[in-house]
Amino acid sequence: MSIVVDAISKSYKSLKALNNISFDVKESELFGLIGPDGAGKTTLFRVLVTLLFADEGKATVAGFDLVKDYKTIRESVGYMPGKFSLYQDLTVEENLKFFATIFGTTIEENYELIEDIYVQIEPFKNRRAGKLSGGMKQKLALCCALIHKPTVLFLDEPTTGVDPVSRKEFWDMIKRLQLKGITILVSTPYMDEAALCDRIALIQDGNILQIDTPAAIIKKYPKLIYNVRADNMYQLIQSLKLYEHSHSVYPFGEFVHYTDKRTNFNPDHLKLYLTEKLLSNITVEITEPTIEDAFMELAK
Amino acid sequence: MEDNKVIEVKGLTKMFGDFTAVNAITFDVKKGEIFGFLGANGAGKTTAMKMLIGISKPTAGEAKVAGFDVASEAEDIKKNIGYMSQKFALYDDLTVKENITFFGGIYGLTRARIKEKTNELIEELGLQHHTDKLVGSLPLGWKQKIAFSVSLLHEPKIVFLDEPTGGVDPITRRQFWEMIYKSANKGTTIFVTTHYMDEAEYCDRVSIMVNGKVEALDTPKRLKEQFNAETMNDVFLKLARG
Repeated sequence: MSIVVDAISKSYKSLKALNNISFDVKESELFGLIGPDGAGKTTLFRVLVTLLFADEGKATVAGFDLVKDYKTIRESVGYMPGKFSLYQDLTVEENLKFFATIFGTTIEENYELIEDIYVQIEPFKNRRAGKLSGGMKQKLALCCALIHKPTVLFLDEPTTGVDPVSRKEFWDMIKRLQLKGITILVSTPYMDEAALCDRIALIQDGNILQIDTPAAIIKKYPKLIYNVRADNMYQLIQSLKLYEHSHSVYPFGEFVHYTDKRTNFNPDHLKLYLTEKLLSNITVEITEPTIEDAFMELAK
Repeated sequence: MEDNKVIEVKGLTKMFGDFTAVNAITFDVKKGEIFGFLGANGAGKTTAMKMLIGISKPTAGEAKVAGFDVASEAEDIKKNIGYMSQKFALYDDLTVKENITFFGGIYGLTRARIKEKTNELIEELGLQHHTDKLVGSLPLGWKQKIAFSVSLLHEPKIVFLDEPTGGVDPITRRQFWEMIYKSANKGTTIFVTTHYMDEAEYCDRVSIMVNGKVEALDTPKRLKEQFNAETMNDVFLKLARG
């Protein structure tokens, strides 16, 4: 096991940021912490990279104890915080050199690991980090987190606020790092990114709701989901919510995801009800649940 | 200006030195429309939006928002629009009630009107037990819902929302969109940016900016047909990747 988290709790005054969190991450696994702002993701990261003491529980990272071996852990992990934390006044190259030196290595020694990321920012190597675009800053931060060849990589919301194109590029990079044998713990508020992880933990308000592979989490979803569509989205949502048999009603892109309380649900009855509510062009079709459906059902 | 057009943009351009951040963009937004304004980071969205809300002067071209010219009547625009962003919306150190009173005052509402609006808003959001809590102590999703309501205090014709749901949990994110639908249904025009592509599908029409230009503008359905894509995410990837 690369990371073993055993009953970790952490509070800030009256706020329980982490409530009895336990999970394992295997060697060279890509493990995702999926949850919204305020779920406790950053607190957990800070505990696991030894920047913050847990109130209760214990954990090992790369086989080392969080408290006893914190110095060894710091040498073994790479950490990319959610907030850009490099030196804004140093250039791209100076930042990278600085981090290499701090960890007692050189850019050349581990260049192979960062090469395909670094070549993308190399044309700007003399630019100050503070003057880079968001996407470039991210790539530089990832290079700096990798320069000492860590065995475990912690990426705290690397794609938050990033457009879909750059998000996809970033995930391609993460996947390539995983193939090189690095264990990766990554957090994200984007549910669609969950499918790209080997296993995920759904987390909200300091509690883990479920841990499994994305496919298994979808399989465990307890209800049949229907895609419902009609001409007036707002009226459709309102009408579905008022329907006495509705279990959940969530807009999902061009459709509304609808689940019914009954086991013998007949879509034609729902269509009839919606027609009576003066909606037009109604379709009701069964669809596959997504991780986001699973999350909302668990968080309900 | 035609009655049903709330935003009219014609050849709007912004240059910083030699760099053209916004390159002659042209579009209209109708009354009560939910208009999605998408683009990759650095495509020029924020710069364009700053011109539309009257805080940045265009280098060339023109735009009218709520009937006022962005270059010569910027102050009128500010009074007649609502605005909220992910980064700044409310004061964390003020309570819910104080924030509402403060912004009501800024927008020139009378005391009686502020009181009335406060009660209305508190009830609608179900915040009866939280009016005296500091906004900073509330979950992000709540803050964003309050911020949206506050941006509508002075009943603007149009409200600009800059990534209003970033990081918000999936259930609250949907409640937020229901609020958007509700105000659009009442005739408020919504101009919204987002990185969630499922939210792009909630919009009546969507524009996608690439390198300073509006490269696509249509209903989500027609955009998907045009780009032969299953989802708006695919449309976005095809366009922004070039």
